[in-house]
Amino acid sequence: MNAAPLSPVYRLPDPLPLDSGQALENCEIAYETYGSLAPDKSNAVLVCHALTGDQYLASPHPITGKPGWWERMVGPGKPIDTDRRFVICANVIGSCMGSSGPASLAPDGQPYAMRFPVITIRDMVRGLVALLDGLGIDKLHAVVGGSMGGMQALSLAANWPERAARVLVIASTARHSAQNIAFHEVGRQAIMADPAWAEGDYYAADAKPDNGLAVARMAAHITYLSEAGLTEKFGRRLQDREAKGFGFDAEFQVESYLRYQGSGFTRRFDANSYLYITRAMDYFDIAEEHGGKLADAFAGTQARFCIVSFDTDWLYPTAESRHIVHALNAAGAKVSFVELSAPHGHDSFLLEHDQLDRVVKGFVE
Amino acid sequence: MTTLRPDLAAIAAHVAPGSRVLDIGCGDGALMAELEAASGCDARGMELDGALVERCVSRGLSVVQGDANLDLANYPDKAFDYAILSQTLQTATRPDRMLDELLRVGRRAFVSFPNFAHWRTRSALMFGGRMPVTRALPVSWYETQNIHHVTVEDFRDLARAKGASIERAWFFSGEKEIGAPGANWRAEFAVFELSR
Repeated sequence: MNAAPLSPVYRLPDPLPLDSGQALENCEIAYETYGSLAPDKSNAVLVCHALTGDQYLASPHPITGKPGWWERMVGPGKPIDTDRRFVICANVIGSCMGSSGPASLAPDGQPYAMRFPVITIRDMVRGLVALLDGLGIDKLHAVVGGSMGGMQALSLAANWPERAARVLVIASTARHSAQNIAFHEVGRQAIMADPAWAEGDYYAADAKPDNGLAVARMAAHITYLSEAGLTEKFGRRLQDREAKGFGFDAEFQVESYLRYQGSGFTRRFDANSYLYITRAMDYFDIAEEHGGKLADAFAGTQARFCIVSFDTDWLYPTAESRHIVHALNAAGAKVSFVELSAPHGHDSFLLEHDQLDRVVKGFVE
Repeated sequence: MTTLRPDLAAIAAHVAPGSRVLDIGCGDGALMAELEAASGCDARGMELDGALVERCVSRGLSVVQGDANLDLANYPDKAFDYAILSQTLQTATRPDRMLDELLRVGRRAFVSFPNFAHWRTRSALMFGGRMPVTRALPVSWYETQNIHHVTVEDFRDLARAKGASIERAWFFSGEKEIGAPGANWRAEFAVFELSR
């Protein structure tokens, strides 16, 4: 994780002001781009990643070697067509794939660890806007995001309304619910209860809080799936055995799957980043930022919006999307909304879905 | 571009260019596409069927998936120059309340519906003794979405009871426009333009 970042890194010329009142000095943002920028810079699409995502949107991940997280959506001839669009995806601040985060070195030469300032979704977007400034892009053709990426897209639309002509928000919300906060707290407590977490000061140590981080990932991963999806995939089937072993090994297939997800995650993600980013999501409430009324956040917007939800997503259920749509309608914004049917819960936006492809393609074009 | 259904063509021809329009039950967006392309309107749609919404969005229209019986309440007063309800009134839980909502969110409203008093419907009931299945009402009683059949005269009464003025009306037999005299007997479809 401390290896030299492979993506280009933009160093902000000025300190990045934060919602907390602090400022982040020498802030760096790592990003990837796909396609080429039109001479008039009118074809840029910013794709915002989810909680545990990164800038490797449509190119192989340098640590896992796996394909980009939305490779099926972004590329030549794909719904977000890199033959026509210049696609940008940046690692959010607070994360750990090259952008400034708790693992970065503070001015004293030591990792920030828990000295890293607490950030918000709006702070992440402030960083993304600074990157757009650095790239000389005044107005995006579109900003697109799913889950936490959708929160960033909404935050950009609410706080920098002149910066994007189209706003596509998939499986997301305008505020984090008590249930969402509760799940995140379970994850944070798992990390902080790991002795290797050492108050966040583990970067020089041999052991990292991998156990805590893996448990956090396992708990979160359950919220990304659906009961039907889990049952279809695993049911109550046993893994590599004929009968119950009357012990606590991973006997059920679903257990092995979660353990695999958890351990794979610790190879590519920093536990402190997980704390900071989940905190940013928990603080997220666009209405609160705009005097308590969500419609006021979008008053006078000229952007076109498209909101998409999935019928089996219980993490950010359709009602959350409708709430956004009603506010946009009240603000007189051009808005489309569709609830797509999919068996895989919140994760559906990352998986094969022809209808989603058509909606994204139709809206972004 | 396919030709519009006659009631939609009548509406499209009488929406003032550049208007803000809400098409409730917009289906695949045929009317919206026509209004945006030909009249420079700012058209928004509402549709219950997700597959139809997806088709609208993928052709670049602004359509919200929702149930007009519930979701119209979320639109501000007089947010649109026209609210359009084509062939949907008879599927509303409460057509009278739907009409109120139309005239609240729109300065004017267009409403089109199949006329249950058409002679073919009447004769099917009178001579067949069964719920009519006609070219205007092509679906059997047990599977139709229509839950409140309405006639031209019923609609005139409802508009009067709601204090709405009928600005204009068009009547159709099949593809052909017919005159107002005897419309309650002769028209398969009616289109009304209302204001309040």
